Amino acid sequence: MSDIPATPSAPNQHTADGAVAIGQPLPTAAGTEDGGLDQAMPTGGDTPAGRSAWRLALQSFLDNKLGIAGLVLVIAIVLFCFVGPLVYHTNQISPNAAQINLPPSTRHPLGTDYVGFDVLGRLMAGGQSSIEIGLAVAVVATLFGVLWGAISGYLGGVVDSVLMRIVDIILAIPSIFLFIYLATVFKPTVGLLIVVVSALSWVGPARLVRGEALSLRVREYVQAVRVMGGHSTRIVLRHIVPNTVGTIVVNATFQVADAILILATLSFLGFGLPPPAATWGGMLSEGTNYLYDGYWWAVYPAGIIIALTVIAFNFIGDALRDALEVRLQRR
Amino acid sequence: MTGFLIRRILQAIIVVIGVTIIAFILQNLIATGPALAHTIIGPRATSQQIHEFIATYGLNQPMPVQYWHFLWQLLHGNLGYSFKENQSVDAILGQQLPKDVVLVGSSLVLSLLIAIPLGIAQAVRRNRLVDHVGTGLSFLLYSMPTYWLSLLLIAAFSVSLQWLPAEAPQGTNVGQILADPAGLVLPIASLTLVNYALFSRYMRSSAIENLAQDYIRTARAKGLSERYLLARHLLRNSLIPVTTMVGLSLPGILTAGLVTEYVFNFPGIGLTFFNAAVTSDYPVELGIAVLVGLVTVAGNVLADIGYAVLDPRVRYE
Repeated sequence: MSDIPATPSAPNQHTADGAVAIGQPLPTAAGTEDGGLDQAMPTGGDTPAGRSAWRLALQSFLDNKLGIAGLVLVIAIVLFCFVGPLVYHTNQISPNAAQINLPPSTRHPLGTDYVGFDVLGRLMAGGQSSIEIGLAVAVVATLFGVLWGAISGYLGGVVDSVLMRIVDIILAIPSIFLFIYLATVFKPTVGLLIVVVSALSWVGPARLVRGEALSLRVREYVQAVRVMGGHSTRIVLRHIVPNTVGTIVVNATFQVADAILILATLSFLGFGLPPPAATWGGMLSEGTNYLYDGYWWAVYPAGIIIALTVIAFNFIGDALRDALEVRLQRR
Repeated sequence: MTGFLIRRILQAIIVVIGVTIIAFILQNLIATGPALAHTIIGPRATSQQIHEFIATYGLNQPMPVQYWHFLWQLLHGNLGYSFKENQSVDAILGQQLPKDVVLVGSSLVLSLLIAIPLGIAQAVRRNRLVDHVGTGLSFLLYSMPTYWLSLLLIAAFSVSLQWLPAEAPQGTNVGQILADPAGLVLPIASLTLVNYALFSRYMRSSAIENLAQDYIRTARAKGLSERYLLARHLLRNSLIPVTTMVGLSLPGILTAGLVTEYVFNFPGIGLTFFNAAVTSDYPVELGIAVLVGLVTVAGNVLADIGYAVLDPRVRYE
C-alpha cells in the first residue's frame, strides 16, 4: 500500500474514456459517456487483423480534439521559436538605449522591452531555451526515474526499501527551496538548470514505474524469462521497462510543462539564466516591473505564451493517457 | 494496523534524518570555514574576528562532527542562531509560523471548499457546461506561473479597481496580521486559486471513478433520490482520496506559499527563507529546510493514517 502517489501535476482525467477505444469500433462522443464500466477490460484481446495496439492508440489520440489542438499548438510554437528567427531577424545580444519600451508598431509588432530588445524576436529566442531545457529535463528525469523505479520494483525487498526512502527524502524537500539554495552558490547555466531541475523531477516517474514493476514482475512472461535463465538486467530492460512505456510517455509529457513553469518561477526569484540570454520566464519577470506603467506588451506576450505552451503539453498528455490507457494514479 | 503505524513512523524518521543530512551537506557545499566567515562578517574582517566567528559556530570541526552537533541540538528543539538577525532560529520560526498557518491554512481550506463540490458537480454533469467551465478554469490556473497569477490579481484589484491593497499586512504576530483583513484578501485568494488548480482535476476524476462503482448503481436501483445519493454516498467516498491528495500536495502548496509571500511581501516562513538565502543567513535557511521537510513527512504519514481510518476496505498488514 505504499504506492499511493498522486502526482499533483498530472491529475487523472477522463480515466475511463480510453478504455472503449481498443478492439472496438471507434468511440463517438455519446459512446464514451458511460465508458467507466468497461474499465476492467484488458488491453488488446482480439485485435482486428492489421491493426496493432499502437495503431489503435494512435487512432484514439487522433480522435481526441483537445489532444490534436495541443499537438498543433506545440508544433506552431516550436516553428515560431526555431524557424521564426530565420525569417524575422532581430538583435537579441546588444541592448539599444534609444529604443526602450516602445509600444507596438510596424517595425516592432510587439514593441520593445526595457533595454530595447524587440519583444517578438525575444519571444522566439526565449522559447528556444525554455523548450530545450524543458525537453531535456523530461528526457533526463524520465530515463533516470524509470531505471530507478524499475530496479526498485523488480528487485523488491531491502533494495526497494532503500531506493524508495531516497525518493521519499527528495520528495520531502520542496523543490523551490532547494533551487534557491543551489542558485545562491552556482551561476545558473543551461546545463546546470537541466541537471538541477531533473535531479528533483525524476522521483515522479520513479514512483510510478516502481508501482507498475511491482505488478509486472509476477507476470508469467517475466517468470518465463527467469526460468529460461534470463538475467535481471535483461528482464528489467527488455520486459519491465517496455511494458511501462505508456506511463513513461504520458508522464514525460507533463514533465515538459512542469519544467517550463519551474523555470519561469526561478527566473522570477532571480535564479534564471542571466542576461543577455533570453528566456520566457526572464521576460515575464522583467516585464512585471512595468505592469503598472501600462506597458502591456512587456508582460502579456510572455505570460500568454508560457500558459499556452503549458496547456498544450497538458492536452497532449491527457490525450496520450486516454489513448495508451494509462492510470497515473493508483491507490 | 499497529504494526503498520510503527513501520510507517520508523520510515518517516529515516526520511527526516535523510532530509537533515541532505540539507546539511548542501549547506556545507555552499560555504565553510573562513570563506563563510568572510561572507557573513564582511570582506574587511580581521583574522582575529574570523577566528572568533569560526570558533563560535564550531566551523573548524570536521563535517560529521558538525552534523552530529546540529542533529543533537535539533533533537533538543534548538535550530541554531541566526548569522544576521541576532535571534535564535527557533525564535524566528516561532514568530513566522503562526502567520503562515493563517495564510496557507485558510487558503487550503477555501480551495477544498471550492474543489470538492465543483469536482462532484463536474463528474455528475460530465461534458456539460459546468464540466467545461471547471476544466477550463483549472487548466488556465494550472498553466500560469504562480507569481504571474498573483500579479494579475494585483493589477486588476489593486491598480485598476483600487479595491484592495497590493501588499500583505505587516506585523510580527498573528493579531497584527488579522487586524488588516483587506490586505489578506489577495494573498489568500491567489494561493487558493493555485491550490484549486492542484486539486480540481484530481477531485473530478476521483468522483467520476466513484460514480461508476457498483454501490452507486445499487443505490440508484434502490430508488434513492439523486440528492441523497450525492450527499451520502458519492460525497463521502470522494472525500477519502482528499486526505492523500492534500498530504502529497504539501510540497507544492509550500512552494506556492513561498512565491505568494514574496509577491505580496507577506512576512512568513517563505519570505524569511528567501531573504535568508539572499543574505547567506545559513542557520535560518537550514532550519526552515528541515522544518518544511518535517511538515511534509508528517503530512504524508497523517494522510496514510487518515486513509486507513476513513476507508475500512484498506487493510495494512
